[in-house]
Amino acid sequence: MYQTTYHRPSSVDEAASLFAKGSDAKYLAGGHTLIPVMKQRLASPSDVIDLCKIKELVGIEPTGDGIMIKAATTHSDVASSETVQKAIPALAYLASLIGDPAVRHRGTIGGSLANNDPAADYPAAVLACGATVKTNKRSISADDFFKGLFSTALEDGEIITAVSFPVQDKAGYAKFNHPASRFALTGVFVAKTPAGDVRAAATGASQNGVMRVPAIEAALKANWSAAALDNVNISADGLMNDIHGTSDYRANLVKVMAQRAVTAAS
Amino acid sequence: MGVEGIGASVVRKEDRRFITGKGRYVDDIKLVGMTHAHFIRSPHAHAKIKSIDTSEAMKMPGVVGVLTGQQVVDDKIGNLICGWAITSKDGTGMKMGAWPAMAPETVRFVGQAVAVVIAETKNQARDAAEAVVVNYEELPAVPDIRAAIAPGAPQLHPEAPGNVIYDWTIGDEAATDAAFKSAANVVSLDITNNRLVPNAMEPRAAIAEYNEPEEHFTLYTTSQNPHVARLVLSAFYNIAQEHKLRVVAPDVGGGFGSKIFIYPEEMVALWASKKVGRPVKWTGDRTEAFLTDAHGRDHLTKAEMAFDKDNKVTGLRVKTYANLGGYMSLFSSSVPTYLYATLLSGQYNIPNIFAEVISVYTNTVPVDAYRGAGRPEASFVVERLMETAARQLKVDPAELRKKNFITQFPHQTPVIMAYDIGDFHASLDAAMKAIDYAGFPARKAKAKSEGKLRGIGISCYIEACGIAPSKAVGSLGAGVGLWESAEVRVNPVGTIEILTGSHSHGQGHETTFCQLIADRLGVPISQVQIVHGDTDKVQFGMGTYGSRSAAVGLTAILKAMEKVEAKAKKIAAHQLEASENDIVIENGEFKVAGTDKSLALPMVALAAYTAHNLPDGMEPGLKEGAFYDPTNFTFPAGAYICEMEVDAGTGKSTFVNFVAADDFGRLINPMIVEGQVHGGLAQGIGQALLEGVVYDSSGQLVTASFMDYTMPRADDLPSFKLSHTTTLCPGNPLGVKGCGEAGAIGASAAVINAITDAIDNNKLEMPATPDRVWHAIHG
Repeated sequence: MYQTTYHRPSSVDEAASLFAKGSDAKYLAGGHTLIPVMKQRLASPSDVIDLCKIKELVGIEPTGDGIMIKAATTHSDVASSETVQKAIPALAYLASLIGDPAVRHRGTIGGSLANNDPAADYPAAVLACGATVKTNKRSISADDFFKGLFSTALEDGEIITAVSFPVQDKAGYAKFNHPASRFALTGVFVAKTPAGDVRAAATGASQNGVMRVPAIEAALKANWSAAALDNVNISADGLMNDIHGTSDYRANLVKVMAQRAVTAAS
Repeated sequence: MGVEGIGASVVRKEDRRFITGKGRYVDDIKLVGMTHAHFIRSPHAHAKIKSIDTSEAMKMPGVVGVLTGQQVVDDKIGNLICGWAITSKDGTGMKMGAWPAMAPETVRFVGQAVAVVIAETKNQARDAAEAVVVNYEELPAVPDIRAAIAPGAPQLHPEAPGNVIYDWTIGDEAATDAAFKSAANVVSLDITNNRLVPNAMEPRAAIAEYNEPEEHFTLYTTSQNPHVARLVLSAFYNIAQEHKLRVVAPDVGGGFGSKIFIYPEEMVALWASKKVGRPVKWTGDRTEAFLTDAHGRDHLTKAEMAFDKDNKVTGLRVKTYANLGGYMSLFSSSVPTYLYATLLSGQYNIPNIFAEVISVYTNTVPVDAYRGAGRPEASFVVERLMETAARQLKVDPAELRKKNFITQFPHQTPVIMAYDIGDFHASLDAAMKAIDYAGFPARKAKAKSEGKLRGIGISCYIEACGIAPSKAVGSLGAGVGLWESAEVRVNPVGTIEILTGSHSHGQGHETTFCQLIADRLGVPISQVQIVHGDTDKVQFGMGTYGSRSAAVGLTAILKAMEKVEAKAKKIAAHQLEASENDIVIENGEFKVAGTDKSLALPMVALAAYTAHNLPDGMEPGLKEGAFYDPTNFTFPAGAYICEMEVDAGTGKSTFVNFVAADDFGRLINPMIVEGQVHGGLAQGIGQALLEGVVYDSSGQLVTASFMDYTMPRADDLPSFKLSHTTTLCPGNPLGVKGCGEAGAIGASAAVINAITDAIDNNKLEMPATPDRVWHAIHG
């Protein structure tokens, strides 16, 4: 690791101001991506600004139509939150599948979303639930937030402060683990709103990161059941192809995991 | 046996040290004035080094020295050796290219060291390494066997035309061909034995110190065989003389074979400590372990088995290409030949066997022995063929095996090995009972009714362990003897030190070796200390690999013990005024049989050292040594049966049950044996389902971290059901055979046989990832 300056601000404003002052600053929000690449000397930020000690960024609150999870809330806290388990149990379940206990006690929802790893779990839930990403500058709808591999709508220095999830009538998540990394080789989150709208999002599958799956959404809107997806055909075009899963295998997983997510949905 | 004697599941003495963080590994050692080394490694699989500019690096803070491959050559440091000479079928010797400790001109795999920076701190060394400028001219690379043997392939070493190191054969080709001509049925199979990374928990490390006035070196290193390291370093590399070199292998965190070999980094540390006049430390990181630790396996094989009309095997014909990587590692040549093809008879009576093995250079990390070393590859060939034959001949796979089992011992195979003893029916019957083999069809039908694919797979392995005797391995080309040495020291107050040439790096010798002493003398194991891993303390030793420590190392201790006991009995008889023949040893006392006269061990020991009253002419002291050279290999064998369920939707295989029935001869400590089997099975299952090295077409290692290389984790594995059948090894007085590698040798075929049974498609390569299994199901 190269030399860097570590900061532990106590407010979002202080964090943003430290970022603006740094020549090549990075936010730290769990660090499971940033710290390994720094250790490998593949990143050399001038300043590392730790967001996890900012009290206003931690916590889970019920809202009028759902829940708000503040950005520096750990996966473990989401997984074990009664509020989340009651409102969107599939979201608590998803958080319980991320990494291992050490990762879940350090990693945060804001860090995961800002990084937008194409195989991360949270983006599937955020996109399928039609959640809203709140930052220190604005609110961004899930459909506008994810912009491809490791790319988001966040501007330089912008900080995610919270994510608001509208409550769902039904929601389910099914993840097929990458054998080595235990990220999602493919994970699918399906959600049905109280109004009857259906959204489905797959992570780990597309070369462009998390994606909605219109064919699955259409089939489930007509008939919310695993069997409704039996004849859905998922194209392998544009899906990732690597030593752990060919694109046609991932296309199959999108469908199979969607079916299992529907079966698991509550 | 007593509570701590042979056969008792004594809790491991060494574990308190390890689980409280008090182990002392190489990286824990800090010497006064110690510097740190960081290697500059080739980013290319094959390239010429045009130039290396170290001038900027030399000016960096804390830098003590920057050394290059050219300086290795200039100092006449010897090239790395391969210690087992293999002769090709045309009578020529193996074609070995030069392997300098750091490359002066040409690099032949990604990660090969070209220079080293020595600095005051590890970070300073790393910083300065980034300032070293190496200009390469890239050359076309051959990343795998097929590329290496293709016509017109780029050549790696001028010594090895066509990249072929040797083309070796064993067995009677004409007789085997004749068996195939007259066969009623022939079964054939193309097999890829996937390449593996050993991944010991502790990465390799070295600290070298040079004492200039004494012209004496000390090397602390992660070795399974410190005396062999000293021998090779002194005899071949021109760095230090044997009597001026101490090698210490302290606590070592796993080896699995990968720490047998002498590597460039350890050599360079030793050489550099004299060059810079300061102790030099190098501790590899995980990436370096992936890039430079000798890999394992990597065979391409075509195998055929001939059967007569009664389904008796009449012949086996095997052609294997083995990838040895960019250079020949220390024992690399022997692994796909004498450690592989000599086991191709498996547990079966096969009258005719012919095998041809062609070893090739590729632009990859050198390949050498990894847990099982040749025997997993052989067992996989034989057991996949047996299963395939049963399916093709439409007979029960257990019955086909039983029909062909060897039942008379000793049994001479057509491929050198003379099996001394075994009971293959007993182990297969035990495994079949444990898994309720008879009930499987009903279970499969039930699973099918629930939409699940259920399969069962058998693997009956045999291995040759305790590589020996020296005369035999010498005649086959081995450059070393394969005996073991031991010394038993009874101290003046009766405590005991055992100095052994075996090295414990996870095997539990500090417990099991003490159990022998407890058994012989009736003293608690707390009175016994095992001393190993230091060439200044231990007389000599060949180290630990090939499941040899019990069969060879412990027997050497027994031989030394017998001498100690004989002398102690003489002393006791003299002191007790009794006949030596009437002395018996019980509960730590030397007793005159049939009387109440006795002398406790401490009193005998004290008498030996005070020498006030010894028999006339007896030397003082109570310390004896022994060198033990076995008369034969030992032949552990067993049967593994695996039942799996495959999810057709995802291709994921899940264990329903895994049973093992092993015959290791006498067990010294059943609990430790069980642990060894668990670990071996994890590695065998890892090979079958999870692990596999991937190089891309340019020779870059794709699986260079745990994010892409799937190491088995606890939740990937079932709860194993282990049992033992026992035939005592007649070749050593303890009747032990060795248990360290069995799991890794036998497990993979059982797993693949089970999955291919479940999906009703025999074409499936390892690792059988969900992706591959799904494709095998759905085409």
